[in-house]
Amino acid sequence: MYLTRLEEEMLEGGMGEAVARAMSLLVALGEVFEAERLIEVESAHISGVSYKNLGEAGLEYLEEQAEMGASVRIRATLNPAGMDLERWGEMGVSPEFAEGQLRLIEAYRRMGVEVTCTCTPYLIGHRPRAGSQVAWAESSAVAYANSVLGARTNRETGPTALASAITGRAPLHGYRLEENRRPSIIVEVKTPLSSKFDYGALGYLIGEIAGRSVPYIRGLRGVSIEQLKALSAAIATSGGVALYHIEGLTPEARKMSRHLDGLERIPVKPDSLREVAERFQGAGEDAVICVGCPHCSLRELMEVARLLERRSGERLWVFTSRGVYEKAERLGIVRAIEEAGGRVYRDTCMVVAPLREMGWREVATNSFKAAHYLSSMGLTVQVAPLRELLGGGHEN
Amino acid sequence: MRIRGRRIVGGYAEGEALVSSAPFSFYGGVDPETGVITEPGHPLEGESVAGRVFIFPHGRGSTVGCYIIYRMYKRGTAPAAVINLETETIIATGCAMAGIPLMDRLEENPLRLIRSGDYIIVNADEGYIEI
Repeated sequence: MYLTRLEEEMLEGGMGEAVARAMSLLVALGEVFEAERLIEVESAHISGVSYKNLGEAGLEYLEEQAEMGASVRIRATLNPAGMDLERWGEMGVSPEFAEGQLRLIEAYRRMGVEVTCTCTPYLIGHRPRAGSQVAWAESSAVAYANSVLGARTNRETGPTALASAITGRAPLHGYRLEENRRPSIIVEVKTPLSSKFDYGALGYLIGEIAGRSVPYIRGLRGVSIEQLKALSAAIATSGGVALYHIEGLTPEARKMSRHLDGLERIPVKPDSLREVAERFQGAGEDAVICVGCPHCSLRELMEVARLLERRSGERLWVFTSRGVYEKAERLGIVRAIEEAGGRVYRDTCMVVAPLREMGWREVATNSFKAAHYLSSMGLTVQVAPLRELLGGGHEN
Repeated sequence: MRIRGRRIVGGYAEGEALVSSAPFSFYGGVDPETGVITEPGHPLEGESVAGRVFIFPHGRGSTVGCYIIYRMYKRGTAPAAVINLETETIIATGCAMAGIPLMDRLEENPLRLIRSGDYIIVNADEGYIEI
């Protein structure tokens, strides 16, 4: 792989050991994927934050990186942790877990990473421009950044996104190259979609069909940010989709419409969406209702508050980012939800919090991504639209 | 006997081979404190990877496996070198984090050629192994 003189110097240790280690990681991956060279990246979003997943091994690595003086050179935001960094006791998280989690966060903070603790950096002002090269981890954010924002990233892992943040580089391959962003399958949606839940079901279905290919989706119009968020999360969960195009909507769709000849066409009919929605139908009345995978936008928090005007929020847990929480707090929305019995937590979500260790067995959610992962962790899961989970009203 | 291959992570190591015909996940597949393979039903269950030249087709499973490889390196329980048929992100990342020599795409299939216990030299810097 070709390296510039500066990159050679970084690799040889001329800019410190932490930079050299990060560079050697990127060069190794460049070799695996036969990248010709590295490319400069403008921002990073780093996963690998929950102490539940990383444990002592991850903590040890990250603390050593920080100790070695590792420091990010570009904007870098952080994925959710395993708990609300302040209200963890109230969540039922153990002090031992909290200690490990707080040390992990501190290690990232020392390296200059913004402690955003959200899977939706694009909702709190981290929005790369179309065509820019970035290094993002977190599969739902990757799909959103590539598809909706038109930025360019592969599905990075925690360590590779961090290495890119430290060096400002990433190996040039995969979705960073124009030719790999072309559609490889056409999905024709033959049924009107009305809610965010429908978009989650559609994403889950397309992910299963498309695997790791690039779907070009037809038949959608007037799609909201929240619907695109649900679609991005689900499509990256059931499959490995990192990039999709929606005709008439996403930034590269028009350009990509020149490359549709001869592609397989998959129709999506109402029956297939219904079948997907019925996959997760286990939990009963006692399930904890979890909303906020991916993290809720302000509009979604408003909707939850509105639904709670007519019913109790007992056993309802809502997850959002610090950035959105602050706005919701100022508007009295957090108080409205909590006075109705619900809880609003920041920095974490149902997928990365240690729910089983906290004694949870059943969860009801409006997220296909959460349903998929919680189910694979052995919890009993129900997936349904928010208005059904909370009774009445219309979901956007 | 010398066989050439692709260098992913450079370095030099030697040791006894440990050969697995099955793909491997370091996350949940091994006890990082001892290096012993603990995955139920794995063909090498009970064997230790510590200090061995660990040969398997490719990695699988969670990306947390990267951190496990690093932890094993710190504990002295990691393999001396890793050889894959075709490596992937998790193994490449973990070996690069720990500085463990890693090669793949050898000119001859190491799973057929090498048996557990054979003494292997891995010169990833120069892009070859010796049996």
